[in-house]
Amino acid sequence: MSEEDLDLRSLDDQELMEQMWDDLYDGLADEITEATNILLERGWAPYKVLTEALVEGMRIVGVDFRDGVLFVPEVLMAANAMKAGMFILRPLLAASGAPQQGTMVIGTVKGDIHDIGKNLVAMMMEGAGFEVINLGINISVEEYLAALEEHKPQILGMSALLTTTMPYMKVVIDTLKEQGMRDDYTVLVGGAPLNEEFSDAIGADSYCRDAAVAVEIAKEYMLKKHNQ
Amino acid sequence: MSNNEDEFDDPGTNASPELFPIEAKILIIACGALAREVLDIIKINNFNHLAITCLPAILHNRPDEIPERLREKIKKHKANYHNIYIAYADCGAGGRIEKVCAEEGVTMMAGPHCYAFYAGQDEFTKLAEEELGSFYLTDYLARHFDTLIMEGFGLNKYPEMRDMMFGNYTRLVYMTQADDPNLEIKAKAAAKKLKLNYTKIKTGYGELASFIKDAAK
Repeated sequence: MSEEDLDLRSLDDQELMEQMWDDLYDGLADEITEATNILLERGWAPYKVLTEALVEGMRIVGVDFRDGVLFVPEVLMAANAMKAGMFILRPLLAASGAPQQGTMVIGTVKGDIHDIGKNLVAMMMEGAGFEVINLGINISVEEYLAALEEHKPQILGMSALLTTTMPYMKVVIDTLKEQGMRDDYTVLVGGAPLNEEFSDAIGADSYCRDAAVAVEIAKEYMLKKHNQ
Repeated sequence: MSNNEDEFDDPGTNASPELFPIEAKILIIACGALAREVLDIIKINNFNHLAITCLPAILHNRPDEIPERLREKIKKHKANYHNIYIAYADCGAGGRIEKVCAEEGVTMMAGPHCYAFYAGQDEFTKLAEEELGSFYLTDYLARHFDTLIMEGFGLNKYPEMRDMMFGNYTRLVYMTQADDPNLEIKAKAAAKKLKLNYTKIKTGYGELASFIKDAAK
């Protein structure tokens, strides 16, 4: 049987889950939609579908991206496929009281319209059980502060792709300091031209090299907060 | 080692054209995307005491590799030249090119990228503020748009990614150096492929010319 003819319903749970990892890897959104629905019909909890099928599949994608096997286009196609699964799972997760890791407000800084990496981080964070408020692009310090006030997250994420816009992250962090709010949040920063040195210099908590690293660092900070 | 002016006419994205006149005492290390323009400036001004060597233009898509590749080039040639000049702006390297240049004691161009030094730093800031969603092409990028953008970003293979990658852009700004009508056709086609409005600005060589002239002194 050719892959085009593969009947997902003929697979047992384990086979179907592994097929979903392959389909995520290949960026096949329709197949992910179908498989997500099949697992739900078979009685899988939404959280189990999310973590064992989608997040694990994206973890594999993330490893191959880091190792230079996959490149940005393939990761974006995989993310798009995961988005299709998340579209089904999101309302079910909210209704089922799935475990929440914490809340993150994230946005691309003022003057910058690049959001591919930021959206990947938002999706992976959501997949890892965080509530994510994605503010979008070209976000001013006032908009960041308003969102922090409204959503009271533990984590603030800022992204920039341009050398000319990345200094704006410091503007936001300095404003948080001026208003005595800096210690209320873990500030994570990312974007192609950034590095740890820059993150340290502007007073962020951590530089996140990619979406998978952002999730790991966010989890570590949440664990530290819980243990305090 | 190549030493052929023809290679400068249309350097491919993986090409590293170089020219080492025997009398040269000053070396320009340039991005491959500037090779033709740097050689033009040298020839127009008869700067026969300048040599050029380039890094491949494809690094435009992987700027994190540029700083160390530059350092290797600088170290390789340092002993043979009185001065070395780097025809790179920051180019998305987050200050790491500047750091390498400072450590190696060589001079680099100012500004964030080639769009800014072609247009002029102030003029570029105005352009960016005028329309945040501007995507820029130079002559080189117009010539190699299909390789660098359509293939490089996977848009040939996954056309549906246009919205994900370029959905926030509204216009393509073609900054032309040579004002070649054939390249304008390519630039317009690029705007069409990306579904962006089209604007053309004739910049000439901008601050690249003054940088090379300063290097030649």
